[in-house]
Amino acid sequence: MSKGVLSKNKRNSKVFKILSLTAVFIGFIALGIMLVDIFIDGAGRISWDFLSNFPSRRPGRAGILSALVGTLWMMSLTAAFSFPLGLGAGIYLEEYARKNWFTKLVEINISNLAGVPSIIYGLLGLGIFVRVCGFERSLLSGALTLTLLILPIIITTTRESLKAVPKSLREASYALGATQWQTVYSQILPVAMPGILTGTILALSRAIGETAPLIAIGALTYIAFLPHGVFDPFTVLPIQVFNWISRPQHGFAINAAAAIIILLLITLMMNSVAIYLRRKFQRRVKW
Amino acid sequence: MFKKNRTYKLMQSTFSMLLIVAATSSWLGSANAADRKLVKVDGSSTVFPITEAVAEEFQMEHRNVMVTVGISGTGGGFKKFSRSETDISDASRVIKAKEVALCKESGIEYIELPVAYDGIAVMVNPQNDWISSITVEELKKIWEPEAQRKVTKWSHIRADWPNETINLYGPGVDSGTFDYFTKVINGKEGASRGDFTASEDDNVLVQGISTDKYALGFFGLAYYEHNKDKLKLIPVDDGKDDNGKGPILPSLETVNNSTYQPLSRPIFIYVSKKSAEKPEVDDFVIFYLKNASELSAEVGYIPLPDTAYLLAIERYKQRKTGSVFGDSGSKTKLSIEELLRM
Repeated sequence: MSKGVLSKNKRNSKVFKILSLTAVFIGFIALGIMLVDIFIDGAGRISWDFLSNFPSRRPGRAGILSALVGTLWMMSLTAAFSFPLGLGAGIYLEEYARKNWFTKLVEINISNLAGVPSIIYGLLGLGIFVRVCGFERSLLSGALTLTLLILPIIITTTRESLKAVPKSLREASYALGATQWQTVYSQILPVAMPGILTGTILALSRAIGETAPLIAIGALTYIAFLPHGVFDPFTVLPIQVFNWISRPQHGFAINAAAAIIILLLITLMMNSVAIYLRRKFQRRVKW
Repeated sequence: MFKKNRTYKLMQSTFSMLLIVAATSSWLGSANAADRKLVKVDGSSTVFPITEAVAEEFQMEHRNVMVTVGISGTGGGFKKFSRSETDISDASRVIKAKEVALCKESGIEYIELPVAYDGIAVMVNPQNDWISSITVEELKKIWEPEAQRKVTKWSHIRADWPNETINLYGPGVDSGTFDYFTKVINGKEGASRGDFTASEDDNVLVQGISTDKYALGFFGLAYYEHNKDKLKLIPVDDGKDDNGKGPILPSLETVNNSTYQPLSRPIFIYVSKKSAEKPEVDDFVIFYLKNASELSAEVGYIPLPDTAYLLAIERYKQRKTGSVFGDSGSKTKLSIEELLRM
């Protein structure tokens, strides 16, 4: 009798394993097909000229310089704005705020904000940064819009990382007479940092792939010069791809594929930085 | 124990670097803003390729002037234009009464300049061997709102066509092409049946029609030009003999001499009169009109007759504001030259 149950359980376990494996493969194969397709179309197009030319009406002469530089600007500015804000808000909510209805409300709102479609943030950015603040359609407006977009994600990951730090660490610190600030700064943050950094960089990778909010604030499509400062107009890679893919000439579709590869490489690079930082910080912490 | 010092130093230095970059660049930006000459263009994605081409050529000759071109759509472009956020607005249709009012409210005067023709092509799959032409009446029968769920088979249009389901493809409702097509075919802008495959991306439509034997669709002629092997172009008969008898295929010639009617339309740029006082904008507009003929052909559009460009330059130089095309569009018998002389 019990033998029957055992073999049934084993069989179920095997079935579950196969199902999970299938789930992995479906995602993996879909991604693989897309990557192979993109690489077949675009890999041959990538050259120094492609990286260093401005967009052009002739597919063969068009390059991504302005979009690439715009994306890099966007990334650094968004990081500079969103990281301190997200970190600060996360630390306050997790370590300092009293647990009452108000913090509950703020928490619920933040998790809801993480699910708001990005175009809404674009319209908000258009209203506030472009028009009310008068920053026009500049890098600054774009970066602030993307900051709003990823702030909820950074706050949430910061809080999760802080939550994961064992309570005993805090208690030990207080027991030795450390203030709350000393505890947070010297004990909690270093332990939580790998998680926070990983979350932030993943959020940034999402931000650089965004098209809709930047089109909404009026990022431009054709731009044949590089921004000199944060008040200059700009374009980014996803917008360039979006524009090229809708053009009638086949050559532009190839350009779009090549630009997608570059965008993928940037994202990949950012993710490796995230992994590197996590490793590096984790090794530092020893109990 | 952990070495927090190095960790924090790393973070601090990263941060101060970012701050310094941000600060310096904003300082540089404000310093440069004064002597940087910008020409800001936004609007229709249909006009975009022409403006892009002109901007590209213009900047080769004028290194110190920077031209930016956006694609907010004709309507979105006019919104920005009426807030003086742009100097020039690309438009694939004439300015609407609502937009005229907006401009008036904020004191924006504009000069309307046609830059090229765009033909709308009616297309089927190359394997379709029964259709050789179509009339405007038949197009209306297919696309009018009442046709929804009624005209579903090829045989509903002409009895000798196959008794097979017709699959329709067209641009999305936000596009100027859709506005124009519904206006001249169905008689009212935006009035159309809803049960067709719509996409803002014309390449999706090309893909759809080229793989579907029973498809019929319409979109910009430029997309046909680059996909000739995958599509079959259908001549259209407007039933009027005074502008060309019988069914007419869209081509450089038939669009240019206004015999491919009603599915061809002029496309425009609108220049703000105030911006035109800036020498860089002035240079750009003149350069645009002088080169539009060659460049519009290169990117797949149909140039206006040469005299039309000369008249447009004349009109621009005299700073004649307002719209002469008004609601009449291409329905009027007046040629584009005659309109520009008004």
